[in-house]
Amino acid sequence: MTRLEVDNLWVKFPTRNGIFDAVRGISFSLGEERLGIVGESGSGKSMTGRAILRLIRPPGQVTANHITLDGQNLMKLSEREMRQVRGRRISMIMQDPKFSLNPVMTVGRQMMEAYATSGRGSKALARDKAMEMLDAVAIRDPLRVFNAYPHELSGGMGQRIMIAMMLIPDPDILIADEPTSALDVSVQMQVLDIMDKLVRDRGMGLIFISHDLNLVSSFCDRVLIMYAGRIVEACAADKLHEATHPYTRGLLKSLPQLDEPRRRLEVLSRDPAWAESESVSGIT
Amino acid sequence: MSHISIDNLSVWFDINEGRVDAVKNVSLRVNQGESFGLVGESGSGKSTILRAIVGLTPTWSGAMAVAGEELGRKRNRAFYKKVQMVFQDPYASLHPRQSVDQVLGETLKLHGAGDVDERIEKLLADVGLGPAFRFRYPHQLSGGQRQRVAIARALAPEPEILLLDEPTSALDVSVQAEILNLLSDLRHEHNLTYVMVSHDLAVVSHMCEKIAVMQLGEIVEVMTVEEMREMKPKHPYSRHLLESSLGYKRRTG
Amino acid sequence: MSIFNSPERYTAGWRAWLLTDTPTSRNHARIASFYQGWLSFRTNPMAMFGLLILALMVLIAIFAPLLAPHDPLVQDLANRLQPLGTDAHLLGTDSLGRDILSRLIHGARITLYIVILVALIAPIAGLFVGTVAGYAGGWIDTILMRITDIFLAFPRLVLALAFVAALGAGIENAVIAISLTAWPPYARIARAETLTIRNTDYISAIKLQGAGPFRIITRHIWPLCISSLIVRVTLDMAGIILAAAGLGFLGLGAQPPSPEWGAMISEGRKFILDHWWVATVPGLAIFLVSLAFNLLGDGLRDVLDPKDSGS
Repeated sequence: MTRLEVDNLWVKFPTRNGIFDAVRGISFSLGEERLGIVGESGSGKSMTGRAILRLIRPPGQVTANHITLDGQNLMKLSEREMRQVRGRRISMIMQDPKFSLNPVMTVGRQMMEAYATSGRGSKALARDKAMEMLDAVAIRDPLRVFNAYPHELSGGMGQRIMIAMMLIPDPDILIADEPTSALDVSVQMQVLDIMDKLVRDRGMGLIFISHDLNLVSSFCDRVLIMYAGRIVEACAADKLHEATHPYTRGLLKSLPQLDEPRRRLEVLSRDPAWAESESVSGIT
Repeated sequence: MSHISIDNLSVWFDINEGRVDAVKNVSLRVNQGESFGLVGESGSGKSTILRAIVGLTPTWSGAMAVAGEELGRKRNRAFYKKVQMVFQDPYASLHPRQSVDQVLGETLKLHGAGDVDERIEKLLADVGLGPAFRFRYPHQLSGGQRQRVAIARALAPEPEILLLDEPTSALDVSVQAEILNLLSDLRHEHNLTYVMVSHDLAVVSHMCEKIAVMQLGEIVEVMTVEEMREMKPKHPYSRHLLESSLGYKRRTG
Repeated sequence: MSIFNSPERYTAGWRAWLLTDTPTSRNHARIASFYQGWLSFRTNPMAMFGLLILALMVLIAIFAPLLAPHDPLVQDLANRLQPLGTDAHLLGTDSLGRDILSRLIHGARITLYIVILVALIAPIAGLFVGTVAGYAGGWIDTILMRITDIFLAFPRLVLALAFVAALGAGIENAVIAISLTAWPPYARIARAETLTIRNTDYISAIKLQGAGPFRIITRHIWPLCISSLIVRVTLDMAGIILAAAGLGFLGLGAQPPSPEWGAMISEGRKFILDHWWVATVPGLAIFLVSLAFNLLGDGLRDVLDPKDSGS
């Protein structure tokens, strides 16, 4: 079932040298699945995530034929209506939890506030829900964490708390922008486990934005590869290693591999035609 | 004889609440011309060892020797002619107000080089940057180009040993390949000894012959790259690291 | 990866030369980066307005003898306290019949003189103390910053008054007194910046080339502190002009018959009810110049702030 559909999305920024198109007319859909968006820095992958939530600040502009969430066109909503969507129906996790948590508020208060703004229930209920969520993201000592300030926690802990906060309102869709790249591998796996469970148990749709090809191919169901603001290839995640586009192939070959030693790594030579060719549709 | 030998090195930081032990009783040997990898998670102390070698950590105990010379509290210029370091984040390791020319020129002058102009052009050529880059400022360079400048700066004194602190972790994979190839080439051309720190086991396996796994400030295991490729580490923590690095494994049920 | 649909391609010639990404020499690089700063400064109309006023003021100060219609010191008691718009006295005359416009024009020189001297002494002293304290740390830091605190604890004008009282009245002493009271905030800023800069990788990198503390402070830390100090100085200029005017007003700065703006207000004070322009006109001049400095400072902050210039 398609939950989110994006049709012909553009993100533009005016600069001194003209208009810079960060995202150039991409279309894709998201069901109850893990959709990976991979690309290098500047490919427009993060802008795509922010544009769905209409979080691009002026002078940046977002245009699209439509961005439909369960039949509702988000492009037509007022800023006020959009605020109801953000957090409640679509949540977003950023790369670095240090910048996303308020440093002068305890974790518990921030979580209860997130619950209060989602507009339900008493204080006691909010507290229960917060504790439940901390437990859900595999935090061993929820009570200590509840009363702690963000600086007293490790990066991995902070990221799990961010996830817990984003999950309090039971969103339909979670956009995770490099959620694990600041984390160590073992914590990374725990965080992925949590998100994986949510997709399976709650039927949530997940957009997983990352630069890590190995991780995306092993974690996601479907992958979109972005280059210069366009989707150059869309494929099933487990078929990523059979990708056909020269850019995707080049990226895969430039990675050092543990199991097959190479004397030299292949260096990607970029073909200007890649940036010019039409965007591939990511709609299923 | 070992090019770098470290015995019972401990490094700690005094902070308000007490002391944090970053490195505990670490001993290691690196032979001349070898490329030695240090892997581990953040906070395992792997970068701290590099910083201790070059004298950027004030509080340490134990013994360190480079090329047979015992290291004391202070490092002199002769030491820095032998040992240089490339930092993790090329966006933070170049002075924002200095052009490539100023960075390399000052480094060369500090080491008493005469023909600065020629040497700068040669260094830029060595790291694959044309003379057009010479007068650019860091904000006019991409991440990969910045890291090349940082490598050129480290090569300026013609060192024997290069310490690499996660030199590609801030870069895109395609740029990472370019930088890793460059580092391999430079090692063979200049007969360098590398000590490379990384959290990426694939990168370390590509670059290094010997790998030490660190956990909580201690080296838990030293293995050869072949042992690592065959997935035969002895210590459970090394095994855990190796398995996680292969990608996500879905838990069933 | 940048794809630009640029409507205005660079015009060839000098503009392309200035905007190039590949400068060909040291000077070219310097001029080009200066020009790019100017371009972004130019987009701020308020800052341009401030710059225009200050440029005008500098010109007026330089050409004061040519511009002033009268000698600022010549008294004409028959024509005292003439109102605005009187023939030959556009801004009227003061209690001794001196032409106010001419006095204002000559006063610009004194104001500029004070401003330049203070702007040279106070930030440089502050920069020196702050960076040394921040970089050295330990007991040096403690001693230098406690001295800074002591200076900060006094109200500025009161401290300046004390200095002038000890040194004697006069412009030079006023400048010294103002500078002595103005440096501590700069030391604070410079120290705070130094504390973050000294732990960066680029400072570590230059240490690994065997550079000593003197070189690191002067060549690597100062250039980064200077931009925020320049911004702070321009924002503080208004306060400095007012402090100088305040000292003049209290009779401890410029001495009569010198046409210093504060002293002019002080003289006009006696007639403020019947002949308001005598005090108001120099007051407006002070206001305008202070405002111009503030606007300029705001614009410079946008251009010079090292936190933004990276991208």
